[in-house]
Amino acid sequence: MDYFLELFFGGLTRGSIYALIALGYTMVYGIIELINFAHGEIYMIGAFTALIVAGVCSLLGLNLISILILAIIISMFYSAAYGYTVEKIAYKPLRNAPRLSPLISAIGMSIFLQNYVLLAQTSDFVPFPSLIPEFEFMEPVAHIMGSSELVIIVVTAIAMVILSLFIKFTKIGKAMRATAQDRKMALLCGVNVDRVISVTFIIGSALAALGGVLIASHIGQINFYIGFIAGIKAFTAAVLGGIGSIPGAVLGGLVLGWTESFATGYVSSDYEDVFAFCLLVIILIFRPAGILGRTNTQKV
Amino acid sequence: MAEAILEVRELCKDFGGLRALDHVDLEIYPEQIVALIGPNGAGKTTFFNCVTGIYEPTEGDIFVLDRKGKKRRINGYKPNKVTELGLARTFQNIRLFPNMTVLENVMIGRHTRTKSWIFGALFRDRRTKEEEKETIEVSYEILKKMRLEKFVNELASNLPYGAQRRLEIARALASEPSLLLLDEPAAGMNPQETKELEGLIEQIRDQEKIAILLIEHDMKLVMNISDVVYVMEYGRLLAKGTPQEIKEDERVIKAYLGEDHDA
Repeated sequence: MDYFLELFFGGLTRGSIYALIALGYTMVYGIIELINFAHGEIYMIGAFTALIVAGVCSLLGLNLISILILAIIISMFYSAAYGYTVEKIAYKPLRNAPRLSPLISAIGMSIFLQNYVLLAQTSDFVPFPSLIPEFEFMEPVAHIMGSSELVIIVVTAIAMVILSLFIKFTKIGKAMRATAQDRKMALLCGVNVDRVISVTFIIGSALAALGGVLIASHIGQINFYIGFIAGIKAFTAAVLGGIGSIPGAVLGGLVLGWTESFATGYVSSDYEDVFAFCLLVIILIFRPAGILGRTNTQKV
Repeated sequence: MAEAILEVRELCKDFGGLRALDHVDLEIYPEQIVALIGPNGAGKTTFFNCVTGIYEPTEGDIFVLDRKGKKRRINGYKPNKVTELGLARTFQNIRLFPNMTVLENVMIGRHTRTKSWIFGALFRDRRTKEEEKETIEVSYEILKKMRLEKFVNELASNLPYGAQRRLEIARALASEPSLLLLDEPAAGMNPQETKELEGLIEQIRDQEKIAILLIEHDMKLVMNISDVVYVMEYGRLLAKGTPQEIKEDERVIKAYLGEDHDA
């Protein structure tokens, strides 16, 4: 039973991170129907920013909690700036181009950012300090769930609650939903759609950076390539849950995290990805629009 | 007479080799109800699209009185800018935000009338909260006027057809326009609903003190409520006059009513 719980919480942790990244994919897709392949790189940049912040802060002699909080806040802002800029440079000029063009542009942006970090940093894995402190009260259950796992799950849950309140109740959240449902009509209602798109990129990027900092601190090493793999997984999660749907992204992330965790635990870690992608294929056969996705029947 | 709210001069719009609008002139004065009629494909909706910034006109000028009473040329303005200046419209085929509630749909319509943006949303200062409260109150008032208050928290897609049409008008009114453009508001309505709509349009003009431009095929409605009627055919203006003059105009009878009795 303990082993099962360990795998359960391991999967939950992993799934939370996938969900955080998947939210960025799904929100951008919901609004401009673009698969933002550079999103994984934003997450990677978030992790690197946190590494630099942590280095500077520990030289200044701050304690662990304040380093963690500072690292999260600064890397969220920094990644948000990246996300905003990527959209302005790579997607906005292609707003009215055929759908394939921004997709290619996204892949190009992804390759560019990867290599930019490769040149600016290093190609090796670099150790990432464990920023999340070990809590004493977690001692008795440490064999099931570590402190960092607890922190990841709690922080992710808080971020998601804030996001859904934001989208449900604020003026700009309403503007985002309106834009997702009918961009032209939103424009006619006076919504500045360009600004809504910018805000979507900013929020998605900040969430990805949050995921990046948390997971890097949990795993303990990063390199320029982590964004690609995490991006593919999070994209899978978004499709699994129904791309364009926010609860879908969260559900998809968790399902994927659990599948991987249990496959690793009960079968073999070699088969982790096999199980994950088999699941994706099976779900897409029976529900082509994803678990919570709706098949689009409108359009005149 | 006061200055025209909307003044269109020599407006042309080409789609490739096709001239969809050919030197169209039109003006609307405050608190006027103006109808635009003509057979299908005459260019009425294209005209709306040019005025509201969806299409950019090929030639000609569109002038609008902004909220400060200044005359502005709006050719090439984006739709959200045009809405900000005081023009709001509805569509031939209903275009609500189906997965939002009735109240939220109207609140979106108030978008240009409120100021707070991302920082307000993040930090929730007092001004943002007051503005939100006011938005809800005003939206609710508008819903009441349009007799939609019982649907407030219903999803827009669940509303009966006539109510959806009224909601579209409510959403347009939420931006506090000086000119309301209605694209076939009575389409698909039964005679009873059309009769109610007629009263509603007049009520909007009287209460909100705004001008209304409508495209409509229902001749009874047009003749009953319009101050001025413009008739279009093949992208050109065929005639302009009071409903009485239009009814007696030979060219109109020949081109429009004569060909298409049951339109």
